[in-house]
Amino acid sequence: MKKIVLLLQKLSPFIGCLIFYIVVTVLRSHKIINGYYMQVLMFAGVNVMMTVSLNLVNGFTGQFCIGHAGFMSLGAYGSAVVTTLIFKGSHFTGVAQLPVFLLSLLCGGTVAALVGCLIGIPSLRLKGDYLAIVTLAFGEIVRALLRLIQPIGGARGMIGIPNYSSFGRILFFVALTLWLVRNLIYSPFGRAFIAIRDNEIAADAMGINTTKYKILSFCIAAFIAGVAGGLYAHVLCFIQPDSFGFTKSSDFLVYLYAGGSGSLTGSVIGAVLLTILPEMLRFLADWRLVLYALILVAVMLYRSEGLCGGKEVPFLKVKRASLYKEPIFGAKKNAAKNG
Amino acid sequence: MKKLLAALLASAMVLSLAACGSSSSTTSTTAAAAAATEAAQEAAPEASAEPAETIKIGFAFPMSGTAAMAGKYSTHGADVLKEALGGVIEVNGVEHPVEFIYADTEGSEEKTTNVYQKLIEEEEVIAIVGPDASKCALAAGPIAQNAGCPNVATFATNTAVTETGNYIFRACFIDPFQGSVAAAYCEEQGYKTACIMFNNADAYAVGLKDAFIENFDGEVLGIEEYSGSDVKDYNVQLTKLAVQNPDMLLLPNLNVELGLQIQQARSAGLTCPIVCGDSADTPDVANVAGDAIDGVAYVSAFSAESTAPAAKEFVDAYVALYPDELPNSNAELTYEATKMVVSAIQNAKTLDRDGVRDAIEAIDGLELPSGSMTMDATTRNPIKGGVIMQYDSEGVTHFVSSVNP
Repeated sequence: MKKIVLLLQKLSPFIGCLIFYIVVTVLRSHKIINGYYMQVLMFAGVNVMMTVSLNLVNGFTGQFCIGHAGFMSLGAYGSAVVTTLIFKGSHFTGVAQLPVFLLSLLCGGTVAALVGCLIGIPSLRLKGDYLAIVTLAFGEIVRALLRLIQPIGGARGMIGIPNYSSFGRILFFVALTLWLVRNLIYSPFGRAFIAIRDNEIAADAMGINTTKYKILSFCIAAFIAGVAGGLYAHVLCFIQPDSFGFTKSSDFLVYLYAGGSGSLTGSVIGAVLLTILPEMLRFLADWRLVLYALILVAVMLYRSEGLCGGKEVPFLKVKRASLYKEPIFGAKKNAAKNG
Repeated sequence: MKKLLAALLASAMVLSLAACGSSSSTTSTTAAAAAATEAAQEAAPEASAEPAETIKIGFAFPMSGTAAMAGKYSTHGADVLKEALGGVIEVNGVEHPVEFIYADTEGSEEKTTNVYQKLIEEEEVIAIVGPDASKCALAAGPIAQNAGCPNVATFATNTAVTETGNYIFRACFIDPFQGSVAAAYCEEQGYKTACIMFNNADAYAVGLKDAFIENFDGEVLGIEEYSGSDVKDYNVQLTKLAVQNPDMLLLPNLNVELGLQIQQARSAGLTCPIVCGDSADTPDVANVAGDAIDGVAYVSAFSAESTAPAAKEFVDAYVALYPDELPNSNAELTYEATKMVVSAIQNAKTLDRDGVRDAIEAIDGLELPSGSMTMDATTRNPIKGGVIMQYDSEGVTHFVSSVNP
């Protein structure tokens, strides 16, 4: 019995997403949810992945990345090249489609992770504001480079990307991301990330190779962002370099900090709420974005740590006892300080 | 206290999600039509079976973000037609209330796809007008195509836009088409010989040049090229062309290049008339060219000074509705796109999306402010006239003529 409970808890992101999937599918089959909601939910799913991956860098490792859309664009282009240019798009239906799509997402993620490593190795020796500037510049460089490469459409963008991302597939990757990041955070690696965030000098003194762990967190985040970008490209069926500019990066920052940095629950809630909110406020016409901004201001004023800052729903937690025999450097105290 | 506020805030957010899902979006109709719509909505499916079914047309414009100005003009353009319709479209002798539903794309392709889904699935519009940017049209086009909802893009000039499928049309002419307008103008003016200098690294310039050569009946004496916008000295090319002593010089290039080119052409001894594409329609060109700008002609989609009756009617109606401004090309193209949809609805064999699509494809000789328009059924691009504008010595543009190639 105890084992079953433990197993359920281990797989809780998958179970949660499965329940959500079933609910949405039932509502969809009863025509309560139409294609418009499905589309918004798909974008929300992609945004959750982006925010969670950004959370890994900004929230858990305490670095400041403001060029996250750069990784997303690398992933989007990487996967779109595989499905659209190499496999020539829509020839795949049914069974053959899924492996091609998975391969493309893997490619997208790998490209993003490799580039993340490449820029991480020299730049993650920097701290704070300086690192922020480097990541900002990185995002812009990626954008400028993509505009120059003619085979992938240059500044005009890539068209004819097959529509492979379905709601179920995106939700699966959301669950996978949550599961992966949650387990990572509650592993010794994650503890090292949090130690670096809380006090880099102290972490160094404790024997943690801070640069290594920073690069690691950066690469994993880049990989997830790349996969999210691949999913995004296959929802939108059209990508162009300018879609992944600084405004996109700042969107993810907003989702992260409004939801609460250092909290996976916060990332999910922030990304989902703030993706859906502008759509649901459409009835307000011109006042829509004003109210949206006001809500953000209010959140920051009255809850500066974000909606879920420092809090985590139980199913995104791992009971420490199930992973370790002994607690590792005062995790509880750290959790309280999150945000 | 803080917790309470946070909880309140969160619940307000959640409530807004729940509550707003069902409420209708930005609608703007005359009071009568609005009332009719509400009644129709309340009466739900039964009402839609009645003959005076409300016709909904969706509009996707950037009403916020960096392109908000274009979106404002676009809505104004559509409003002019709405005013003229008086809230009803007559189809086969039955007056249908018409509703224009404006939705904000924020100039982002992601938001545009959301807007399309909303208009198609939730508002159940019969056709969509917009968007104006090619990137948005390219992203959202497949949605309209898959749903079988006719879509008339306003300002999306990228040739790939209408290649998405047979439900996607556009109201503007594509870039190469300007070349044929320029050629037709040159014939009208009696120019027998021409020279061209163009940027071989730019699709706009190449497309314009090719179309001009194809359609120009006279002789092209010399073609010179250069690569990229960073070239600032065109004297070598221009001196070579000056020796040919042509009747006219075509400069189908980008606005950042044109100013210097016009200036250097004059000092290289090319005294012939200069014709450019619509990129010349920016004040920068006149500022850089200085005195040399006098007499430079360019192709444009529309002029508020046009003397054609349809154009005068549109401009007058626009100014009556918005006394503080003159219609720009966004307003005009939106008006034309909407007019195409409305006339298609009036002529449709069946009052549904497929019927409207067929009717848009069949548009032949529709009188629009920029001239008579016929839809090219294979490319879904309009075949219509352009106007020729000319700079005076002060750098102010004036309408010269309407050209139907």
